[in-house]
Amino acid sequence: MSSITPHHFLILAFLLFGVGFLGVVIRRNVLLVLMSLELMLNGINVALVAFSRAGANLDGSIFVFFIMTVAAAEVSVGLALLVALYKKRKSIFTEDMNLLGN
Amino acid sequence: MSGPDLLFYFFATLSLGGGLLMVFSRHPVSAALFMIVSLVGVASLFVLLDAFFLAILQVLVYAGAVMVLFLFIIMLLDVGPGGAKASRLKFLSGLAGLISVGLLVVLLLDLSLGAMEPSDCSADGCSDCSETSAFAWPEIREETAANGNSLVFSPSVKAFGFGLLAKYMLPLQVAGFLLLAAMVGVIILSRKSTGEEGG
Repeated sequence: MSSITPHHFLILAFLLFGVGFLGVVIRRNVLLVLMSLELMLNGINVALVAFSRAGANLDGSIFVFFIMTVAAAEVSVGLALLVALYKKRKSIFTEDMNLLGN
Repeated sequence: MSGPDLLFYFFATLSLGGGLLMVFSRHPVSAALFMIVSLVGVASLFVLLDAFFLAILQVLVYAGAVMVLFLFIIMLLDVGPGGAKASRLKFLSGLAGLISVGLLVVLLLDLSLGAMEPSDCSADGCSDCSETSAFAWPEIREETAANGNSLVFSPSVKAFGFGLLAKYMLPLQVAGFLLLAAMVGVIILSRKSTGEEGG
């Protein structure tokens, strides 16, 4: 690491989070919304590991481990919900899920 | 610009480009494949940050298990490229995006005000100054030292496992229980939708 500072990693983490947020906002496919959520969590992970490395503190890295665990559980439950929803509504697009809106 | 710098920029471009292509790709399968590229890029960044165990975990858990699950569901539901067009940006989503991007810019400016150049860690007598010349954040390190934290960053899996099993024993148990709960929940969800409604 010659001239790469933690700020470089933080800016990258923010950009990853922003790209994921963009995906959550503009995509209509729930599968892609879930993938974009994963991307947002990855941005957070990069920031946490960068802070952990810069601060010489292992707590941040261990927190990343727990975030990965929770993300895996979240994805499995989310995809199961999605399959159940698809069996009921025959669609996985967000604009078809407007039962409350009407 | 030396080797690690080039590696950082290469993998940063890989992860960001993969993410952008994932968001804007038409077909869900190609989106999942771009997502794998992005995740591998993030894993390589973890390697650059000396977090080797997390990098392996990232490849195994995310690129291995989670994305395979995604691909499996995509093929199970037979999702085509239809509906890949972005939804109409309504006023509220536009406002939300604007506000969050503004907050992000403010945060970035606050963080990087005159801090982008490598800091010469001459004030604190950190022993590893020579090996991580630029990658030290003296303020955080002083705070860590002041709090008397015993968990020092180390690239070895041994230190990671020690921290996990000593200081973070209860969160580890809770995470295991969370995985069990997720497993039971998935089984119940998938059984109910086929059993009671008759397909």
